[in-house]
Amino acid sequence: MDLIVIGRAGTLLFICTILNLLLCSGGEIHSTTTAATIWPPVKPDRPQAYPEKEKSNLPLFTMNYSRIQIPFEIALWMLLASFAKIGFNVYHKITIWVPESCLLISIGLIVGGIMHAVKEEPPAVFTSSIFFLYMLPPIVLDSGYFMPTRPFFENIGTVLFFAVVGTLWNSIGIGIFLFAICQIPAFGLQDIDLPENLLFSAIISAVDPVAVLNVFEDVAVNEQLYIVVFGECLFSDAVTVVLYNMFSFVVELPVTEPVDVAFGVLRFFVVGLGGMGVGILFGFVAAFNTRFTFKVREIEPLIILMYSYLAYLVAELFAISSVMAIVTCALTMKYYVEENVSQHSCTTIRRVVKMLSSISETLLFFFLGVVTITTKHEWNWSYILFTLLFAFLWRSVGVLVLTQIINPFRTIPFNKKDQFGLAYGGLRGAISFALAFTLPDNIGRRQLFITATIAIILFTVFIQGISIRPLIEVINVRRTNRDTETINVEIHSRLMEHTVAGIEDLCGHWNHFYWKDKFMKFNNRILRKILIRDSRAESSIVALYKKLELQNAMEILDTVSGDIRFAPSIISHQSTKPHKKLLAADLKNMREILSKNMYKIRERTVAYRGKHALPNDSQTREILIRRHASIRRSLQSGSFQSMDVPRSCKYFSLPAGKSLDSRFSVVRQNDHETKSEFAYPSQRSRFGKPTHSTSRAMMPMHRLGTLKEVPSTDVLNEQSSSTGQRVFRTHSSYSDSRVPHSHHLNSSFDNSSADNLRNGHGEADAEQEARRQPSSPLPAWAAEPRDNTARNPLLRRPQWNPSKK
Amino acid sequence: MGALQSLPGQAEYCDLTAKTGFSFEQIGVLRKRFKQLSHNEETLRRDHFNEIHDLTFNPIRAQIIEAFFDRRNFHEDGQGKVREIGFEEFVVVMSHFRPPSLHMTEEQREKIRKEKLRFLFNMHDTDNNGTITLEEYRHVVEELLSRSGTLEKETAKSIADAAMLEVASISVGHMEPDEFYEGITFEHFLKLLNGFEIESRMTIRF
Repeated sequence: MDLIVIGRAGTLLFICTILNLLLCSGGEIHSTTTAATIWPPVKPDRPQAYPEKEKSNLPLFTMNYSRIQIPFEIALWMLLASFAKIGFNVYHKITIWVPESCLLISIGLIVGGIMHAVKEEPPAVFTSSIFFLYMLPPIVLDSGYFMPTRPFFENIGTVLFFAVVGTLWNSIGIGIFLFAICQIPAFGLQDIDLPENLLFSAIISAVDPVAVLNVFEDVAVNEQLYIVVFGECLFSDAVTVVLYNMFSFVVELPVTEPVDVAFGVLRFFVVGLGGMGVGILFGFVAAFNTRFTFKVREIEPLIILMYSYLAYLVAELFAISSVMAIVTCALTMKYYVEENVSQHSCTTIRRVVKMLSSISETLLFFFLGVVTITTKHEWNWSYILFTLLFAFLWRSVGVLVLTQIINPFRTIPFNKKDQFGLAYGGLRGAISFALAFTLPDNIGRRQLFITATIAIILFTVFIQGISIRPLIEVINVRRTNRDTETINVEIHSRLMEHTVAGIEDLCGHWNHFYWKDKFMKFNNRILRKILIRDSRAESSIVALYKKLELQNAMEILDTVSGDIRFAPSIISHQSTKPHKKLLAADLKNMREILSKNMYKIRERTVAYRGKHALPNDSQTREILIRRHASIRRSLQSGSFQSMDVPRSCKYFSLPAGKSLDSRFSVVRQNDHETKSEFAYPSQRSRFGKPTHSTSRAMMPMHRLGTLKEVPSTDVLNEQSSSTGQRVFRTHSSYSDSRVPHSHHLNSSFDNSSADNLRNGHGEADAEQEARRQPSSPLPAWAAEPRDNTARNPLLRRPQWNPSKK
Repeated sequence: MGALQSLPGQAEYCDLTAKTGFSFEQIGVLRKRFKQLSHNEETLRRDHFNEIHDLTFNPIRAQIIEAFFDRRNFHEDGQGKVREIGFEEFVVVMSHFRPPSLHMTEEQREKIRKEKLRFLFNMHDTDNNGTITLEEYRHVVEELLSRSGTLEKETAKSIADAAMLEVASISVGHMEPDEFYEGITFEHFLKLLNGFEIESRMTIRF
């Protein structure tokens, strides 16, 4: 079955390629028109009232290719790249072992080979200005927008250190060594002088975010490592830009003076800080702008995207680090924007950003492959081999030295395995590629540099990319712990967070959280008032939201513990609720409740679930929890019953009868999201797919097909009628000294949840009463394979005998 | 070592560093904080803790405060509670939150991990009998959820019960219908939180 699909995909790919080639046979984009229509010739000397026809008749069918050539080709290339992506993911095993970037490059190589054989030029679309202006911004925006802020800011010192110092170390080191190599007459490279070598090494020391993240995600390394590599990639751009400009300037100078070097250093600060400044400025302006867009919701995504893009372009205008500008813009903007815009806009923004970045990335790697074949290469074995060697060597040494320096300052030091991951994960990619193409032509050995860059990119992406996964598994780098399936772990992680927060309060915040706190205070007092539209409406919205959310959970979550034999101190439940065993999904719901009800101590962040996984919709509730006047208004005004149900269904999105697995996945992802505020690795599912949704602890327990399968809609219907009249309870205001507003939300959240719960209990009780029947007792912990089939609740009964206590 | 001249009582600090693993500077800072909290008295009492404003929003503040007065956390094999603590005990309790340093052997890491887990365990086990019973666990969960205000007790109860079920199934496996599950012992607790990265979570940068 898979093979058939692969076959189809392959055929499609092939056809698309051929189409592209045929169409590109028109040659360059700016080719003259090849119109095939028959138009009457315009005679300029004779004014005509109406066009005079030629002797032939009215043309039935005309074709004007040149008119649409450019957009058409672009669209076809995009489709081709997308087909490639679809093709890979059809056969899942491939993507495990071979990162997607490799596959895309391979396809690009194949297509390039075809083109070369047909003696075609690649479409001149791929110039470096196109790359820098159109293809890079979406990728970087995506990285910045979905960056998990909390771990990022915790590690920002390390990140900056690695980015700045590491890149400098690499480029200067490699440059000098290569220069030394060039001095050896045997290699025939003596015409390359030091500035050129330095320029080249600046190009190839830029670690590329796209390639690395692709690989690291699949391998699911621990979060610290991930964040450091991620951040390093993003910020090394600043350094690379400076170095590149500096060295290319130097190359043209006959003599370098110390003052130029000093200027270079200064320039670095200008570039870096300037980029950040531009980004922050645009971020605030965008946030401010979204304060007023509540009447025109449709353009909200546009505003976000345009401001980010403008930040990028403005930074390019001043030749400061545009990557940093757009990343800081996204980081600043996200927090405020997501509170101002509507839920739909929020989703739209995320999806659009993901889509753009995905297509950009795909095209990028694709073109990398194509251009590899079709450019004129100059191959020099020694230079290229030594480049590879030195790059690898310097990176490893650099990582070693830098971690030694920075480890004392870190809470969680990097062990040797992490260092290996860091060193080995330094893949080069598209940025180096584009920079190589922007090399000025007056450099004698330009082709050699391009060839060497491509060689190193291909080497790192293929060899290192493919081998990093098995290596990391073999040496057992600390991975993220995806298996938080027990409710105990959830409870205890919350407990720990509270404890740590409490102890920190005790210590009086004289650690680095102090600044964060100060900022939060400033934020709460000033920034939020300016940038966020509706600074008050939390409680009722949250209340409503919580109600919607918990409706489903609560009707399932009943007392489940009745007959469990614990210590003698157990209080048998006086209520006549049936005693059913715990269902795995019940636990999931419980966890959901737990996580929703917990004291959210610190700032929440969007869960980073992987580069290619969209945060699913239920995650948006985390953000929406902050404030959504829109929901409140729409749900307050309209008829509660009718509108409520579809909305709730949307959140829980499981119509009755669906299998339990999908229910697991929905709820499980909720948990992953909701637990993610602290973004600790153990609770994040990187792929965003519900991988192994069974809980180990569930195995020994019987599965109970009962209320679990209550169609959510029915109960919701019942409940919504009663909750429709519920008054939203606003919580008493907590003093906001250092408690972030999210705490407010949470509390009010919980106030109304109680109402929900009581309500839910009432409803659920009634239902359970109706359906309860005695049955034979079974041991609570008999091991049984989990049964995934959905069962009709009316056919199966709870399996505890309620009378037996 | 230049800053040391300003620290009073240096000799006892050497003792403390050996005992708890803090550095001199850290102990100095802790000393300042201790003084601040205790209003320059020699000992801390519970009401001193209650005055800490920021702590009021923490749902488990009671447990945290209790942890400071719990003899079992003083590393001295004591039991029961005390009324007030001195600086030494303060530092010892704080030392539970130290991050593991880089140059540690596996055993040391294991030891630290156990210490931290022991701290947590003691937080739950309020009656000092060495097991966490259902009631105690329920209490914990209720406290955790208590900030939510009116979250119904039933829910907290059910969650706690579910958690106990899980523990039982993890540690005991198959149980006969007539068996009782007495409570979570420390070994079960260890087993339970086996994969949990407590070293990185339960640390504070001092």
